[in-house]
Amino acid sequence: MDSALIPEGVKRCEFWKFILGLVVVGAVLLWGVVAMLLVWIKGLNQTNMNDYYGFALWIWADLTVIALGGGAFFTGLMRYIFGIEDLKHIINYAVLIGFICYSSALLILGIDIGQPLRGWFIFWHANVHSMLTEVAFCLSCYFGVLCIEYLPLILENRQLDRIPFFHNLGHNMHEIMAVFAATGAFLSFFHQGSLGGVPGVLYGRPFSFREGVFIWPWTFFLFTWSAAACGPCFTLMITKITEAIARKKLVADSVVSLLAKISGWMLATYVIAKIIDTWYWASVTAPSMGFSLMEFYSNNPLYGIWILFAEIVVCGVVPAMILITEKGRRNGVALMTAVVLAVLGACLNRWVMVLQVLAMPVLTFENWVMYYPSWQEVATTILPVAYGVILIMLSYRYLPVFPQEKELNPIEA
Amino acid sequence: MIREIGKKYGMVIDLDKCTGCGACMVACMAENNVPFKKDESNKLDSITWMRVYKLTNGKPYPDVDVCYIPRPCMHCEGEHGHSPCVSVCPSVATDYSMETGIVSQIYTRCFGCRYCMAACPYHARYFNWWDPVWPKGMEKYLSPNVSVRMRGVVEKCSFCFHRYQMAKDKAYYEGRRELEESEYQTACTQACPAGAITFGDLNNPDHAVHQMVEPDSRYAGRPKNPKAFRLLERLGTNPKVYYLSSREWVRQAGDNYLKNEGKLRR
Repeated sequence: MDSALIPEGVKRCEFWKFILGLVVVGAVLLWGVVAMLLVWIKGLNQTNMNDYYGFALWIWADLTVIALGGGAFFTGLMRYIFGIEDLKHIINYAVLIGFICYSSALLILGIDIGQPLRGWFIFWHANVHSMLTEVAFCLSCYFGVLCIEYLPLILENRQLDRIPFFHNLGHNMHEIMAVFAATGAFLSFFHQGSLGGVPGVLYGRPFSFREGVFIWPWTFFLFTWSAAACGPCFTLMITKITEAIARKKLVADSVVSLLAKISGWMLATYVIAKIIDTWYWASVTAPSMGFSLMEFYSNNPLYGIWILFAEIVVCGVVPAMILITEKGRRNGVALMTAVVLAVLGACLNRWVMVLQVLAMPVLTFENWVMYYPSWQEVATTILPVAYGVILIMLSYRYLPVFPQEKELNPIEA
Repeated sequence: MIREIGKKYGMVIDLDKCTGCGACMVACMAENNVPFKKDESNKLDSITWMRVYKLTNGKPYPDVDVCYIPRPCMHCEGEHGHSPCVSVCPSVATDYSMETGIVSQIYTRCFGCRYCMAACPYHARYFNWWDPVWPKGMEKYLSPNVSVRMRGVVEKCSFCFHRYQMAKDKAYYEGRRELEESEYQTACTQACPAGAITFGDLNNPDHAVHQMVEPDSRYAGRPKNPKAFRLLERLGTNPKVYYLSSREWVRQAGDNYLKNEGKLRR
């Protein structure tokens, strides 16, 4: 039925199956939309946030999707600026995932603020001292870059490509993509960093506060670094999931291995930096404020020292060791385990840097406060996931996202 | 006399006098049109610009001792006015006044990101999770000098800034530039039956607050009075609310110390 839109030389599932899939994911999306409307109409009292948890699930989701969407800028940097040609086989998908992640982050931010109609104040009345201002500017600009990077792929659709203007536009945009990749990398460095700066500058919160260089706390650099390390892992994870659902290989093993290797070295160096940061914070920064390390990890039902071990060792050292060794990358199970652990590590890091910061009492006469999200918060957090799945389904079906697909899956005449 | 340096309005709360009666909380709510819920049992989302905490020394009877700590906004100065909340607000909806030392909150500028709440270690900032609803007829009793806040914005203690504005207006009308100490006092100060709260200009040696704590300007306003302390002094928030207590365990409770630090550090 829609065969005229499907790229030439590749096979897609029957149209009814595709529609059925869209309906199922669409139902989840609709659930999220209902929750979103409830929040917009009735206000943030629909959430389980409170005056102790001004930031909660949504801000975690924001920080996490942006970190995981970091695969787009880092893969783009490697491909266009450092000239690693082989990555051209996965760059489209990295850009698409980045586009989904960043648009999701903007949507969540739109839901998360108490007065959504005043959202533009962040640009109009910008406070240059606030990390959130830097986040807003760089995030919006980089989303613009991602739109520019995603557009040529849309223009490669079989029917659109027939129109000379679109064909030429797409071709010319490809030619200057290095400029946008460089711009994207520059902007990403700052917004990933400023997201790290959001908890890092809170000198009233000893759990998250870090010293640093000039106006940037160490978390500024750690967040950028971890996004560059774990973002490509997320790209690989989604690629593997897509391959499993499509039941065919879409990206050659050599390309996967190459990106995994780069990601592995980034992760290994990040973990070393993270260990040094944790050691300095635990032995110098926190004690200067009157806190010992174990005070951050005791007297509460959830945040034990296990969380630090899980973040640094299980989700840091272990995947890094797997990814930097050729043997590890060749073993499919080990590779997938490492990639998933690295992604979980980024999620865990963002969780503690948002939620644990607020859970921990700073006044001596207050106690730990725990939080669980309301269904409206969960639904609006799943909403972007459903939106992402739909965008991937549409892009995969109608656009040549994977340049190697034809070669890896020849259709018998 | 025209003073060269700006004022630093601040508060001294004598914890030896505080009985924990809560009159300061009530006066604050009435004065500032602070909204409340039908069911106030969940204290995690109820708005209390002034909140009284109950502390105990953790010892069993007969050594048990109790202390009440009223906690308004600390109006932190941080370093050069970079208070924890002011520096993070992305839209300059909260500001540190070099003229008065008061941290303001502009309700119509705030768009409800709540970053300031995350930044404040004193939990002095509150979000309007609901639109304010007043019991029938009560809207007639609202103060016309303080705007009510809408859903979705952050609010906090303003040191009854509207009283400062009114006192300034009166002084201007009378051809004066300076306010008398008694002309600008907060509602909680006046309501405290035990006289535990004192308010005034910390920079002015003639004001009681200055004489009571003797703030040391060389060390970011640290009190020279050994009985005086500020909450979380070590974080460098540089608050303008001081507490007085003759009991060491109370002074110790004002900040965090490592086990091996032993005695209170100054």
